[in-house]
Order: sequence, then structure tokens, then C-alpha cells
Amino acid sequence: MSINLPVSGAAQSHEMYSLRVNGQLHEVKDAWIGESLLYVLRERLGLPGAKGACEQGECGSCTVIVDSKAVCSCLVMAADAVETEILTVEGLGPDGALTDVQSAFLSEGGVQCGFCTPGFIVAVHHLLENNPHPTDDEIRESLSGNICRCTGYGRILEAVRTVADQRRKNS
Amino acid sequence: MPVLIPRNVDELVEVFQEHPQAKLLAGGTDYMVEVNLHGRKPETMISLRQVKELTEWSVRPSQSRITIGAAVPYADMEHGEIARLVPALAQAARTVGSPQIRAAGTLGGNLGTCSPAGDSLPVLAALGAMIHVIGPDGNRDIDFVDFMVGVKKNSLKPSEFVHSVSLPIIEGWQGYAKVGTRNAMVISTASACLVRDIDEGIVTIALGSVGPTIIRARDAEAWLTKSTSLRAGADLNPAVAQEFGRRVALESRPIDDHRSTADYRRHAVGVLAQRLLTRSFS
Repeated sequence: MSINLPVSGAAQSHEMYSLRVNGQLHEVKDAWIGESLLYVLRERLGLPGAKGACEQGECGSCTVIVDSKAVCSCLVMAADAVETEILTVEGLGPDGALTDVQSAFLSEGGVQCGFCTPGFIVAVHHLLENNPHPTDDEIRESLSGNICRCTGYGRILEAVRTVADQRRKNS
Repeated sequence: MPVLIPRNVDELVEVFQEHPQAKLLAGGTDYMVEVNLHGRKPETMISLRQVKELTEWSVRPSQSRITIGAAVPYADMEHGEIARLVPALAQAARTVGSPQIRAAGTLGGNLGTCSPAGDSLPVLAALGAMIHVIGPDGNRDIDFVDFMVGVKKNSLKPSEFVHSVSLPIIEGWQGYAKVGTRNAMVISTASACLVRDIDEGIVTIALGSVGPTIIRARDAEAWLTKSTSLRAGADLNPAVAQEFGRRVALESRPIDDHRSTADYRRHAVGVLAQRLLTRSFS
């Protein structure tokens, strides 16, 4: 493993670094610099929730939250994600329990093959956190980066409306 | 091969000077696609994530200008004050990829990649943006037309980086339009930005994805100024709009590629020009 001398004043991360994921600090060892956050989550940290498909930011199945922003983890260089707060689908519910969004996807039939589901779940959590009462247009816009080839989206939209209604009643 | 993480602009200048071969990493939405799919081996990387100054924007009302940091993500341009002051930029920002891409992708990234399909670039060209760059020899401002010099080529010197983009705040109308195969998540087949300055009585139009660089249709602009009043309160003859579209299309220099044909792009960009001009009068 080659480590260049530190450049004055500039901190650096290299092939060994730490990532904070779902509130826990994980050490990443002997990593290649080109590894995406998606790869590191799945193959090194044992967090396979984010799914890899297009590897170019088109499908949204790898969506995670980095510093409160929903991003495609396939387009984040993992070694550049040091000192950020990363939240994956595994970290949404307490102790692996289903969140209200996950329950609504099940009850409304928003899950078929399930491959895209984790990305949608993360995107919907992010949407409702920032916009608790979205219009249908806002739901569609916020999920436009997540592709589902099974459901035709109708039941996914229904699941989002269901959660928004439930949260409104419970608040 | 580390990722170097400077904390401020001074550190960035220093680090980039010591590693002139390094690649700057902002949102990663272009670069990581090359790594993931096109076998690119990352060199030394300089991350811009922690350089806070690059993520800031400011307005100087006295000069009627807005300055947007190179690492401001598109998501921050879609709504709010930037969208109010530079609506064409907001419209372009909304067409970039998906919400996930807009949360990461930056103006500086568009300028660094300098693809003719870069969604923000026609806006910068039509508004006459100044690109503020910093390098080992200090600062300089580059007019956008001199900044983009070819397909994925810009005029940055070694160890120079884009610090921010300065745009005029125009009294009048501005709009952006883009043709692609679908609404979300699409690279443009053709795009255009039109700015109508009702104080000066001039229209500028810049075209994307129809040439090796962003193209300003200057002949069509000059013809339009002679043919009709563009000041506040003027009316537009539909025949003038149509002829404007035809003339804009003539100035495009599109090619056939995997995304579309030259003929279709030429046609589409003419329609966009006609449509934008008409909207600027409605």
C-alpha cells in the first residue's frame, strides 16, 4: 500500500479509512481508491441493502443518504466519504424493525421483485423528511431517479400517500 | 494514490500545485461513471467536499450580479433565491439527471467536464458568464466563450480550478429548453437558452448538444434585433419567431451519433429557439 507524504495543511485519506454508516464507525482496509461507496457498503461492510444495477446513477437502486442528501452511492467515491454521515436502508428502522414506509410498501403492493425497493424506501424517507405533505407531482419528481420495472409505479405512489396520511393523523 | 482533502481555497491551491496531475473530485457524477464502466483508473484525487467557500453563492445588487461557487449543487439552484434571480439556470438545473444526481452534481463539474451536452452551459453562454478561476499564478476571469474550447476541452491551465461563476441579473425574460427521449434522467439531444434583455432590447441565444462547443447563434440574434423590437411592451409577429428558429437552426453544427441524428438535432434546436422566443413575449 503506497501512501504519499501528507501535503502540508491538508488532511488525507487513502487506502485505509473510516466511514460512519448508520451511526457506527467502520474501518475500511486495503481498499482500492476507485471503489464506490456502493461497493464498499456491500462487499466490505456487509451492508447489501443498497443494490447495484446501472453503476451510472440512472436507476436509483443504490440510493443512500450522505449528510442529509439522497445520492447514488455508486457515484460516491468511498474514500471521499470520510467524515460524512451515511445512512443506508439498514439504518432506517430501529433494530431492523420495519419503518412505516416499508410497511406501506408491503400493504399497498409497492413491492414485486423487490430489487429497486431499498432505493425507493430510502428516497421516500428522504422525501417525507423534507416535505411531509407532498403533492402527487412532488412525489413523482422526487422519485424520478428511481426506476422500477415491475409495479408501474401506481402502487408505490399509493404507498407514499398512505404514509403521508398516516403521519398526518398521528401528529 | 490518496484522496487529498483540502479544507479551504488556499490549501486547494497549494495541493493542486504540488499534484498538477491530480483530478478534482466534486459531485463525482461524471468521474465515477468513467471509473465504474469505462475502466478509468483514478489518479491522485483532490476532493472539493470540504472546501466550504466553493459551496457558497452571493449577490452583489450594486453590480446586478450573482456569483455561484463551483461546488454549489444543482439542487440548490432549482428553488429559492438563485432560481428567482437566474430562472433559466434553475430550469436547466431541474433537467439535470434525477434528484440524486442534482444533490451531488455541480456547476464546476459541468465546466470541468465541458461536454456540449452539459445542461447548465447554454445558460452560462447566453448570459455571458464570467468563469472565475484560481491557479498558481493567481486569479483570472475567463469569458465563457473563451473557457469552452472544444468537446470536453476547456482553457484551464495546469493546476487551475474553477472557483465560481459570475452571472448578470437581467431585467427581462430568460428560459431554457431541452429535448431528450424522456423527461427525467436524460442527456440532452438538443438544448437552448434564450435571454431577452428588455432594457437593452436584445436577445441572446445559446445552443447545447448541436456542436463541439456551446454555440451562440449570433447571426440570428443580429437579424432579430433588426427585424423586431425586443424592448418591454413590444409584440412579436409569429412569422418572425419562425424565421428566427430557422436561422438559429442554420447556425447549429450537429453530428449523427448514438443519441440522435444531425438532421433531427438541427430541426429540434430551431423549434426550441422559436418556442423560447415566443415564450419571452407571452
